[in-house]
Amino acid sequence: MSTAESTTRAGAFSAAESHAIRADFPILSAVVNDSPLVYLDSGATSQKPRQVLDAERSFYENDNAAVHRGAHMLAALATESFEDARSTVARFVGARDDEIVWTSNATEGINLIAYAMGNAGLGRGSADAEQFRLGAGDEIVVTEMEHHANLIPWQELAARTGATLRFIPVDDDGSLDLSGIRSIVTAKTRVLAFTHVSNVLGIVNPVAELVALAKEVGALTVLDACQSAPHLALNLADLDVDFAVFSGHKMLGPTGIGVLYGRARLLNALPPFLTGGSMITTVTMERAEYLPAPMRFEAGTQRISQAIGLAAAIRYLQNVGLDRIAAHESVLGERLVAGLSALPGITVLGQGAGSHRVGLASFDVAGVHSHDVGQFLDDRGIAVRVGHHCAQPLHRRLGVTSSTRASTYLYNTVDEVDQLIAGVADATTFFGVRP
Amino acid sequence: MSSAELQSLYQELILDHSRHPQGFGLVDGASAQSHQVNPTCGDEITLQLHVEPGSDVVTRVSWEGHGCAISQASASLFTEMADSLTLEVMQQRIDLFRTAMRSRGAIEPDEELLGDAAALGGVSKYIARVKCAMLAWVAAEHAVLQLRPELAPREG
Repeated sequence: MSTAESTTRAGAFSAAESHAIRADFPILSAVVNDSPLVYLDSGATSQKPRQVLDAERSFYENDNAAVHRGAHMLAALATESFEDARSTVARFVGARDDEIVWTSNATEGINLIAYAMGNAGLGRGSADAEQFRLGAGDEIVVTEMEHHANLIPWQELAARTGATLRFIPVDDDGSLDLSGIRSIVTAKTRVLAFTHVSNVLGIVNPVAELVALAKEVGALTVLDACQSAPHLALNLADLDVDFAVFSGHKMLGPTGIGVLYGRARLLNALPPFLTGGSMITTVTMERAEYLPAPMRFEAGTQRISQAIGLAAAIRYLQNVGLDRIAAHESVLGERLVAGLSALPGITVLGQGAGSHRVGLASFDVAGVHSHDVGQFLDDRGIAVRVGHHCAQPLHRRLGVTSSTRASTYLYNTVDEVDQLIAGVADATTFFGVRP
Repeated sequence: MSSAELQSLYQELILDHSRHPQGFGLVDGASAQSHQVNPTCGDEITLQLHVEPGSDVVTRVSWEGHGCAISQASASLFTEMADSLTLEVMQQRIDLFRTAMRSRGAIEPDEELLGDAAALGGVSKYIARVKCAMLAWVAAEHAVLQLRPELAPREG
């Protein structure tokens, strides 16, 4: 879309703006079960604009070669595009180029940190790696609202090292309960890993407060930015976290590409996770010397077209404007929560928790299972997520096994949110919960 | 309002069973018991078979669990169908049901043999829901095989 149209600075996109954005996403004109697709599952994965598809296609048609090797022209073009993509990501999140490591997705990014720390504990890496050694008496702290991706790698690291895993609880509203925080984040805490925005509740967590606590006790901070990077202007230097991860496919980019951010001094002190080609300087039959970050963590042939696709996605987001996107989604999110919570028998999870949220809502329909709600909506072409959204502990804490989640993005409209609300109302009638 | 496919998936018979399930509630003294979880949604079921001592006849099926209308109705319909079957016949019916469920709508479940559970035939067109319909039947199969391991279906 043309930025010249972006005259209104706040509120939802105009009809013309929405029309222009939607025209960039071929899949949005799909017909599902005889109805136009209403895609409200961007929290799981976003749809892709032509600009991203074209960037990948153009790379394969014109520049395809392996990067950081080969002396031929295509190798040079591919390497340049690949490293330009890294710079685009770095600028997007307020980082330096050498602080951006490519991964397959956010899950791999968190596993990279956890396994590299485990390797440090086994004596791998330089003397600087000692700072990452964990053992009995050390504690890793997460929160009760984490996606499984920011929980299980830490459970495993604790099990391998003898460290203890603890968590910041969630209160009845769905907010982090910080009342006992001083007894949870203590001098024993070595890692504090938490999500920026809950993938179930959509609420934005108090990053500054948590980072300040971690700094006070000398713990490393790891931020799961999967649900914030696509929707809010993100500056990791300002947030002052030590590490952060996010996935390309949730922010208009391809699948198979994710980002790990780390402070340069920390990345350069960490031993590698995956090893092999492209991450070394000198190799003998007995041992190898490793390159500095980020290449130390990029063994093997990289996800080149995906990185280039992600850079195109970021340019698309920047062209529309993250502030405009956040303002648009805020309108959709408020309408979603207000509309759903006005229906009898519908409970929006975390509704009472803070007002700062992105445009998504998970809800329980009394007497109707989320799979049945999702099936009913799919019959009208409305795509939502059902189940536990990879956050079983949070659902258990809020007293439900599963929920239905509607998550919006820049291409959704007020009309689509209204269709969702009407669909949920009709589902309760269909399943006989109300007359 | 809603399509014919959706109406067929959620027939009144199925919704009735999901609201008023047969065999709900665990009972002491079961001959075999199996707990199954659907990892995509966290739904679970514990299903028990009660076999008459000295025979092969299932005198009672009892179960407890939570899940969608399809999974609850399916457990209830299984309970109704399984009444007084031998373990061997029960295993045959489970196989028959599974074949229909995996057929993507190509095979109509045999109403003669499966009774009202044949009403679940519409589920097989919705591949994401087949696991929901199969949950109780998989639990029953595990319970059968605890008692009669030689009845295990040959894979391949």
